[in-house]
Amino acid sequence: MNKKQKKILIRILITVFLSAMLLLVPFSNLINGILSVITYFIIGYDVLRKAFRGILNRRIFDENFLMAVATLGAIFLAIYTKSGDYFEAIAVMLFYQIGELFQSYAVGKSRKSITSLMDIRPDYANIEKNGTLVSVDPDEISVGDVIIVQPGERVAIDGIVIEGKSTLNTSALTGESMPRDITVGEKIFSGCINMTGVLKVRTTKEFGQSTASKILELVEESGSRKSVTENFISKFAKYYTPIVCYSALALALLPPVFNMLIGNTASFSVWVYRALTFLVISCPCALVISIPLTFFAGIGGASRDGILIKGSNFIEALSKTKSVVFDKTGTLTKGVFEVREIKTNNISKELLLEYAAHAECSSSHPISKSIIKAYEKDIDRKRVQNIEEISGQGVVAIIDGKKISVGNDKLMKKQPIDYSECEHDGTVIHVAIDGAYSGYIVISDVEKPTSKTAIEDLKACGIDNIVMLTGDSKAVAEKVASNLGIKECSYELLPTDKVTELEKLISKNDKKTTLAFVGDGINDAPVLARADVGIAMGAIGSDAAIEAADVVLMDDNPERIAKAIKISRKCMRIVRQNIVFALGIKFACLLLGALGISNMWFAIFADVGVMIIAVINAIRALKI
Amino acid sequence: MKKTYKIEVDCANCANLMEEATSKVNGVAKATVNFIMQKMTVEFAENTDVDSVMKAVSKACRKIEPDFEIEL
Repeated sequence: MNKKQKKILIRILITVFLSAMLLLVPFSNLINGILSVITYFIIGYDVLRKAFRGILNRRIFDENFLMAVATLGAIFLAIYTKSGDYFEAIAVMLFYQIGELFQSYAVGKSRKSITSLMDIRPDYANIEKNGTLVSVDPDEISVGDVIIVQPGERVAIDGIVIEGKSTLNTSALTGESMPRDITVGEKIFSGCINMTGVLKVRTTKEFGQSTASKILELVEESGSRKSVTENFISKFAKYYTPIVCYSALALALLPPVFNMLIGNTASFSVWVYRALTFLVISCPCALVISIPLTFFAGIGGASRDGILIKGSNFIEALSKTKSVVFDKTGTLTKGVFEVREIKTNNISKELLLEYAAHAECSSSHPISKSIIKAYEKDIDRKRVQNIEEISGQGVVAIIDGKKISVGNDKLMKKQPIDYSECEHDGTVIHVAIDGAYSGYIVISDVEKPTSKTAIEDLKACGIDNIVMLTGDSKAVAEKVASNLGIKECSYELLPTDKVTELEKLISKNDKKTTLAFVGDGINDAPVLARADVGIAMGAIGSDAAIEAADVVLMDDNPERIAKAIKISRKCMRIVRQNIVFALGIKFACLLLGALGISNMWFAIFADVGVMIIAVINAIRALKI
Repeated sequence: MKKTYKIEVDCANCANLMEEATSKVNGVAKATVNFIMQKMTVEFAENTDVDSVMKAVSKACRKIEPDFEIEL
């Protein structure tokens, strides 16, 4: 509890004590009256003061005003009817304050639980000064400085490891719980926790531009992109309070006047009391507080899972998603080449790969690298002589005295070597030994192991319209699509074609539903921007992707898309529950109040109760 | 230019009203109040004196909630 809350708590306790005295000790009327007024002021002075200042500032329809009018009204009513029942005013004020205290406590608690989720801000960074470690404000470190990260510490600034070897816990950034190994020369991102060894890191960014700071900024600013629901609620609140106030006035005046006209007793006091009850119920706080809180809890909960949602409007859009369009390379596939298949004529596969790897040993082409990687064993360069790299065709080299040719169709034709042409959904690399064809290696981009379940999860979420767009050839595209269970795919698209293709899909869509595009953020920024919801994945460390997308997946696991949709749907469900619940109870109480069935106590209970339940419900959005 | 301030505001509805009031202050291009984070982000119009604008902002907000606090 903070200072303000403690102060109110003390006032509440004093009031409870004085109220008990008022109820239990039979004071004379005068003393009872004086003591009641004193108690009333102890519990309600700040409300009265705020109400008074509100009137001076010509802002009369706030909750303080309502409470002041309702309780002062009750006191005057007690004097007017000579009932001497001042206690109701005190009780209403007391409950109101208890409610406010509860509210600020509950909101404070939920604020803490949300912010603790996003607690990735490093407080300090270590630098070495004259041989000793000094902790400094990370803001003071400039690009190119060397920081030292000890085990158990959070990496403060993005950089490159220049000394040391360790394991990193990246779960705060990516939601991925598997620790990651890191060693010299590798990039390291702020927000990760260093687990085992001491690392020396040369910074490549300033603190403010580092990953952790960027993510925090994004989540904190997400509140400024408001959803339709939130805008509706703030508009609603603006009209609601004045309407209730005028209704209360009408309730106080019209029925008694009508009674007088038809000759009955006016019974002003009854109707004024009902009008005051009306005022007590009227505060829209439960709604106004719980809706943004729900959205924020949803955004906070998602970010713990490595899903950054840039605003509550995108939660809303994501929950309505019926179509998901995928980019292929880097999104559904790994975006790196791997040896997929080896076919040989008369030698063993291992030997073919051994020759191919040795021939390619000095090439830096991605295909060569993938062959060397597939070979796994160390390359003995002494065996290799006269390497001749023919650009766009392949490599010819002498290995163990044999002439090895490794390359594509063009190389085979040029040699010439008699080879069998073959159609494949990948790149085919032929191998010939001393001019005799020995077989081929198929290299292709491989699907991510998680892609298939990702598509299945989406289908289970009721998303039937799944489309894949790619710049790749027909054979490759269709193979990947059928492997993953995607029915629709468009291939051989240039980046600009992707935008037109997406627009076609959007125009086919029902206007009430939304379309999400998932890309890796590399050269598909225009498509990300054009989609109703642009989802960029594998975005850790990629500023461009974080800029362009509406939803950012920190790691490159496509399974998180279904999760993001589930989170957004849950969030919207809670939002709707809160709206219906809060408004329903409010209107029911207003009606009961108008009919004289509920009294002021009941009204204040309803008000506070609804608010607390709505806040607790909102916090459910944190848990996924 | 955009600046973020730490604020103290007690009620969510007031936060909405403050956002509106701040946006109307001369020299403010756009303002957002984040009740949950207790932060106010103000985007200033070009060539404005930030200090005097922020004085007007805090005055406008105090009208809505007398307890309003802002760390300038």
